[in-house]
Amino acid sequence: MTPSTQSEPRTAPAPRTALDTVKHAAGTPGADQPWAELGLKQDEYERIREILGRRPTGAELAMYSVMWSEHCSYKSSKVHLKQFGEKAPGQPENTAMLVGIGENAGVVDIGQDYAVTFKVESHNHPSYVEPYQGAATGIGGIVRDILAMGARPVAVMDPLRFGAADHPDTRRVLPGVVAGIGGYGNCLGLPNIGGEVVFDDCYQGNPLVNALCVGVMKHEDIHLAQASGTGNKVILYGARTGGDGIGGVSVLASETFEEEGPAKRPAVQVGDPFQEKLLIECTLEIFREKLVAGIQDLGGAGLSCATSELASAGSGGMRVELDTVPLRDSSLSPEEILMSESQERMCAVVEPGKVDRFLEICEKWDVIATVIGEVTEGERLEIYWHGEQIVDVPPRTVAHEGPVYHRPYERPSWQDALQADDAAALPRPGTGEELRAATLALLSSPNQAAKSWITDQYDRYVLGNTVLAQPEDGGMIRVDEETGLGVALATDGNGRYAKLDPYAGAQLALAESYRNVAATGARPLAVTDCLNFGSPEDPSAMWQFAEACRGLADACRELGTPVTGGNVSLYNQTGDTAIHPTPVVGVLGVIDDVSRRTPVAFAEQGQLLYLLGDTREELGGSAWSQVAHGHLGGLPPAVDLDRERLLAEILIAASRDGMIDAAHDLSDGGLIQALAESCLKGGNGARVVVPDGLSPFVFLFSESQGRALVAVPRSEEVRFNDMCGARGLPVARIGVVDGDEIEIQGQFGVSLRELREAHEGTLPALFAGDAERAGA
Amino acid sequence: MARVVVDVMLKPEILDPQGQAVQRALPRLGFEGIADVRQGKRFELDVAEPVTDEALARIRELAETFLANTVIEHYTVRVEEAEGAEGAGAGAAA
Repeated sequence: MTPSTQSEPRTAPAPRTALDTVKHAAGTPGADQPWAELGLKQDEYERIREILGRRPTGAELAMYSVMWSEHCSYKSSKVHLKQFGEKAPGQPENTAMLVGIGENAGVVDIGQDYAVTFKVESHNHPSYVEPYQGAATGIGGIVRDILAMGARPVAVMDPLRFGAADHPDTRRVLPGVVAGIGGYGNCLGLPNIGGEVVFDDCYQGNPLVNALCVGVMKHEDIHLAQASGTGNKVILYGARTGGDGIGGVSVLASETFEEEGPAKRPAVQVGDPFQEKLLIECTLEIFREKLVAGIQDLGGAGLSCATSELASAGSGGMRVELDTVPLRDSSLSPEEILMSESQERMCAVVEPGKVDRFLEICEKWDVIATVIGEVTEGERLEIYWHGEQIVDVPPRTVAHEGPVYHRPYERPSWQDALQADDAAALPRPGTGEELRAATLALLSSPNQAAKSWITDQYDRYVLGNTVLAQPEDGGMIRVDEETGLGVALATDGNGRYAKLDPYAGAQLALAESYRNVAATGARPLAVTDCLNFGSPEDPSAMWQFAEACRGLADACRELGTPVTGGNVSLYNQTGDTAIHPTPVVGVLGVIDDVSRRTPVAFAEQGQLLYLLGDTREELGGSAWSQVAHGHLGGLPPAVDLDRERLLAEILIAASRDGMIDAAHDLSDGGLIQALAESCLKGGNGARVVVPDGLSPFVFLFSESQGRALVAVPRSEEVRFNDMCGARGLPVARIGVVDGDEIEIQGQFGVSLRELREAHEGTLPALFAGDAERAGA
Repeated sequence: MARVVVDVMLKPEILDPQGQAVQRALPRLGFEGIADVRQGKRFELDVAEPVTDEALARIRELAETFLANTVIEHYTVRVEEAEGAEGAGAGAAA
């Protein structure tokens, strides 16, 4: 296959040393083991020896090292994540959660006997190494998580963060990531209904590629990852196992890129969406016939993770014949098979009487399925290689009782100076002409510009149930064709706010996501989060993480929306420089009838524009301060969760009762951003009056929270006003949908055509030429 | 005019869904006995000038940075004489 001139010929594997069996390990306690290279610390290695009462075998060491990595064990984050359970909202509010943290994904009751499962996860490091495959397998992984709960995946979303938009490496990473998401998701036939794209220098060496998937099922279909029932068979099905991502979890999650030379670069996992599609349909048919007792997808840490987690969560032990695993590359060692991250694989526990039918269904879908072991009476996970025992461990010590660290954390010394550097002191536009220029500069900046060049590469409407997708405030999917029951989802996170104040920043991420869902007309029910932070070994980054967790848990309790699951990604830093703390929060809401949804577009001239909520001078961390001054300092906007809740109730009631025809939440970029987006989407202009007592600049650019812009039909004006008045929500009539320009009276006017060119031209100009390269 | 051929293959440990699809199709079509299929890309570059060492080095750079994604692919570079006789000349991904 490779010519003789190749400088790196494919040689036969070096003769392997004798198999490191449990017996051999017991007899050679002094053998040198590469625990440090596998990312374990000295005391962790000592603890493994203590647990086992001997040195681990090579295979055991591989399992422990990969399962005790930060990525799999949450060893630094666990003590802080506990709050999400402890502070979870109690009855009667939190009646929706059916399955909480700890399973593959949380499950939420949405009524009419339907349940929804959703989760967001990170695939940051792999997407930096190989953008296309990294992003593609990120989608594949989260889809399998949802599938493993028993649900049919129905939509995905992608919150993305990149370095500066004009940096050459962003031109390598972004087109690849976008093509990977589109390639995998489109082939799988799942609509991509939203997400975010953010540019900031801090993500230059650490892009954030998060992926969210949502799935739908009936209550009785919920499946859990556990192996119970002695004698039940363990079946591995899906793709063959190859050398993909060996050590990936361990190496990638434990060390930053600077320390990692090319030699340690793990084999990149390559996804095969068509195989995944078969896996989905095959698994759903298996669920329909009720053939599985427990199920787990294979993601990071592969078989090590699946076998130990299944055994640990079940009542018995497990015995696995590792040599029965179907391989793509016959030279793989047992350690490599255990650590392989080959994609598109699942592991099921099946009663003996149902195995034949299980295998039959797999064969029908052209999915390879193999009985690799069974549930045993004992409490040990035992793995054999051609009859010799190479693993004999208590599974809980691998999967659930890994190390837990109380990492030291400390408020960074620079935090006070950062907060004292108030954005209020920055020079502002004063005249109408200056405000006009600031408006165009804001709307054409990469972060505030239209993202359609990216989202147009994703299929948003496949499956025929997409009600709302980007650039709406949230994505919305119809769940039941008869009743119109649906769910809405939004993801948000503002790293700039979180850098200024991580406690408030996490709450602001939740507030925005919650507001986005409510703006579509759906009632927010539950939360998933992807916490992207720097190194936990740095007390400053750890403080940011601790504060963000505390903030998010407190806010979830107040809003009555529990965290149902999610993911933590640490070590997002290059050298000593960490990314902005970036908690990404996804909120799921339910709407009884999707035909009652509220879009963002101002579709009808003559409708009245109302601004809901209070506008104060709040510019810290604002989009304006970044675009106009490259500034980050001061305090983020104040959080008022009672106000968020009230605003949401008004938006939902107004949507249900047909009092508003459009709604757009106000967030980064302030009123002018929302106004421009709603006008452009609807193809209608607006005449707007600055309310008394507010400076035009603050009115247009401040980022005060708890606000939304709505369009009210004239016939509903009295009813709408009465409702807001009765509930005590401040509202101001600020204008009317009219003409084909945005006119801020007494200040400036800008035509929709000019606005559109500024807003929609930015991303194509930056990236369109690089798109072809991405598919390579 | 000389021709320089660049062959790009996925590295052996990388999954090749296209190759697998071909392999799965073979028995259905009655072609037995093929144990594995890997699919790659072949680029034929017609070079106007004589292929000097510098020119070849330049083509290797081109292959390294543009034709191959060296995170997941290997490549080889060789000169093919106009008469059809194959000359030597090689390069490979690091």
